[in-house]
Amino acid sequence: MDTLRLTAEEAARLLDRGEASSEELHAAYRAAIDERDPELHAFLRTVDEVEGGGVPIAFKDLISTRGVETTAASKILAGYKPLFDATVATRCRDAGLPLLGKTNMDEFAMGSSTENSGFGPTRNPWDPERVPGGSSGGSTAAVAAGFAPWALGSDTGGSIKQPAALCGVVGLRPTYGTVSRYGIVAFASSLDQIGPITKTVRDCALLYRTIAGRDPCDSTTVELPQPVELPEADDLRGLKIGVPKELNEAEGIEPGVTEQVNKSLDLARELGAELEECSLPRSVDFGLPCYYLIAPSEASSNLARYDAVRYGHRAEGAADVREMYARTRDEGFGDEPKRRIMLGTYALSAGFYEAFYGQAQKVRTLIKQEHDALFERFDLLVSPTSPTVAFALGARTDNPLAMYLSDVLTIPSNMAGMPGLSVPCGLSEGLPVGLQLIGPQFSENTLFRAGHALEQALGFDFVPERLR
Amino acid sequence: MSWEPVIGLEIHVQLKTQSKMFCRCAVGALDAPNTRTCPICLAHPGTLPVPNKQAIEWTIKLGLALQCEIAEHAVFHRKHYFYPDNPKGYQISQYDQPLCVGGRLRLPGAGGGDEIGITRAHLEEDAAKTLHVGGAEGRIHGASSSHVDFNRGGTPLVEIVTEPDLRSADQSRRFLQLLRQTVVELGISDAEMEKGSLRFDVNVSVRPEGSGELRTRTELKNMNSFAFAARGIEREIERQIGIYESGGEVEQETLHFDPTREDAPPLRSKEEAQDYRYLPEPDLVPVEPLSEWSLDTLRAELPESPAARLERLLSAGLELRDAEALNTDLARVSLFETLLAAGIEPKSAAAFVLNEVTRHEVDPAKVDGAELAKVLRERDQIPREAFDAAVAASAESGFAAEAYLQERTVADASELDPVIDRILSENEQQVEAFRGGKEGLLGFFVGQVMRETQGKANPKVVNERLLEKLRA
Repeated sequence: MDTLRLTAEEAARLLDRGEASSEELHAAYRAAIDERDPELHAFLRTVDEVEGGGVPIAFKDLISTRGVETTAASKILAGYKPLFDATVATRCRDAGLPLLGKTNMDEFAMGSSTENSGFGPTRNPWDPERVPGGSSGGSTAAVAAGFAPWALGSDTGGSIKQPAALCGVVGLRPTYGTVSRYGIVAFASSLDQIGPITKTVRDCALLYRTIAGRDPCDSTTVELPQPVELPEADDLRGLKIGVPKELNEAEGIEPGVTEQVNKSLDLARELGAELEECSLPRSVDFGLPCYYLIAPSEASSNLARYDAVRYGHRAEGAADVREMYARTRDEGFGDEPKRRIMLGTYALSAGFYEAFYGQAQKVRTLIKQEHDALFERFDLLVSPTSPTVAFALGARTDNPLAMYLSDVLTIPSNMAGMPGLSVPCGLSEGLPVGLQLIGPQFSENTLFRAGHALEQALGFDFVPERLR
Repeated sequence: MSWEPVIGLEIHVQLKTQSKMFCRCAVGALDAPNTRTCPICLAHPGTLPVPNKQAIEWTIKLGLALQCEIAEHAVFHRKHYFYPDNPKGYQISQYDQPLCVGGRLRLPGAGGGDEIGITRAHLEEDAAKTLHVGGAEGRIHGASSSHVDFNRGGTPLVEIVTEPDLRSADQSRRFLQLLRQTVVELGISDAEMEKGSLRFDVNVSVRPEGSGELRTRTELKNMNSFAFAARGIEREIERQIGIYESGGEVEQETLHFDPTREDAPPLRSKEEAQDYRYLPEPDLVPVEPLSEWSLDTLRAELPESPAARLERLLSAGLELRDAEALNTDLARVSLFETLLAAGIEPKSAAAFVLNEVTRHEVDPAKVDGAELAKVLRERDQIPREAFDAAVAASAESGFAAEAYLQERTVADASELDPVIDRILSENEQQVEAFRGGKEGLLGFFVGQVMRETQGKANPKVVNERLLEKLRA
């Protein structure tokens, strides 16, 4: 069984035809993990029991799994075993998808390279000297390396789309509110979304169909306005696609990336789409700074619960409760969570709230309005997912601002609550380039349709060259 | 100079919903420790709050009862602080967009009473309970161990804040009583201080009579009864006046009372400016009371307010003290009003309900008021024992006045007169003596009549009739 090439849809077909059992599939992926994951470190832990008769799946380690350690790659949660399943885990269980294991990530999903994991970085299957992107780098690397046919990740500022681009796989950040966050270790509640990471757009639609829909346990979820459709068409006729110049001409976009994206745009035109340049002036300029006020503010609040009282790491020998808090949090959190807790605590302080968090929320409304206005003219917007291909391990770890810029193209539409799909569209310097398709809220079907048509026309081979 | 106290209250009321504010745990703060918990109220990673609709509805009802404006758009906020009683590191509360704002509660009283402004009423979750076990020898840092019971954590809690409209300790006590009554009768809380389902803090300052200024206030915490609070407020008012009169300045501070030791002076602490870093709760959508509820329907469901009832009792001519005592129990009021309707005079009806009914341990809710009124009307005409027996039996089913009224004394002049005439004619000597000035003989005649009537005569009537005939 070639786990590198097998899609989830094909795997399901093997099961349907009785040509393989769920146990055999699970075993094949586990064998691939055992053989090659010591090099890549996509998984934090694997699961032996095969529950359910379907296609196996991997979860980012911030998805709560009953009885299976869930750490969000933070030492502060080492040893923590949830008493309950996240709603997405329940839905996968109900669909019979056996769990392969929990994948590595940047600690609490804070990062763009998976180097911020409390348990060591993940490496890119295309080039182990490079990062897989992040924060869902473990999930994207696992899918690219044939360790899992599909996986779930989470996306706050670009944590599905960006690593999907860097690993040459498909990743969907769904419309905010369509996938339950119940049981997802929270980073920034108003931005966090769970989404599928797959080899093909059809697999992506299948997995989205499995996990999406209103959840009574998450007050911010809604019912999908229409059922998820599996894309069939191989043309783009009738679609009007906007090409925002700020997203396509941003400083720092590598020429090789622009080249591959432009080729895809030409192809889209050949497939019948109507393309036109447009503009998102404020969204791109203000998106990143506003994101770095809102996300850390919410993170400083969400991470307050790690106080050693009820679960997780507890520092030893503290003289009183204050010292227990301080030392536990000092020992348990890595640098990036600490940095964001400090940023967020400051931004929420009395006298600063209006200038920082309050102002950022107002700008966020403007960003949404700017997107809404474009979607009156266009069905979709398109841009590179990441300004660069996978960068070398360590290249940005000493410069948080350079790392933050990895998400400059994914953040604006995330701030607007819009869905985005990253589809691999070619190679630059032998490394995958991702094409970002952005749609209005609840336009996942359109994203799947366009993504699928382009995927067919592009013929990108998702198996890393060095592993073929 | 004469001084005027300025008092404001912050009252916390636990709602008696079936489940907690943001999870499905049963409310049961007093059950065995940590048996009413779940991953949500223990703040396990990834858990999310789902608001208790009943709690929101009840808060709106309370707001309507307090004549508040109900917000079109109410928002839950996160209020941050680190303490083991606060498992998420933040309490879900309300900040600048609470459910209810700008109400008032009429406090009826002598001279028309007062209106006390309600600044706001908002909904939040209660904290868990912490227990610190004594300090080990030689250690500066307080407790040797601390325990947390999360049962109470997450119980729906309404915070009611008044304007600084109260002017005396007694008025504050009466306000608290009336507010408590209002909450209890809405059926939304037990509001029992002993169980912790009603708690309050008091802000006290004083100012020169007639000035409109607001001077530095102190906050009184942990009072365990209304009477205790009234004494605490009284003492604090005196203390502040003393400071000003000796040329000093009152410092802003908190007075922590020890509810288990009422005689102990309160511990004082500087009021720290806490920065709670309020954040609109991103895990919840705003509450839209006007689109989710019909306020008219909710308003129509409100019972008569205890304040209106108190007003009615006062206008019936009762003393404030009696009216308030009656008003604490709806059944007492209704028994009182039945008696009133049956023609019993208000003050004696009130005295009867407050004294006799209580003394006989009769449940006023079960008393047949109309029948009892018949007995009450004939009170002077029947023996004391018969009357007591009637009151004691008045809550039994099938209670009828008639049985007791058959015991009615011979009070009718037409029945008594022949007996009196006979006794006077049989005792001519004594009659002469009486008329000659020995009026002390009246007792002798009364005794004769009573013996003749086997005690059934009403002594008062006997007296009257005898005097009339002897003086004729």
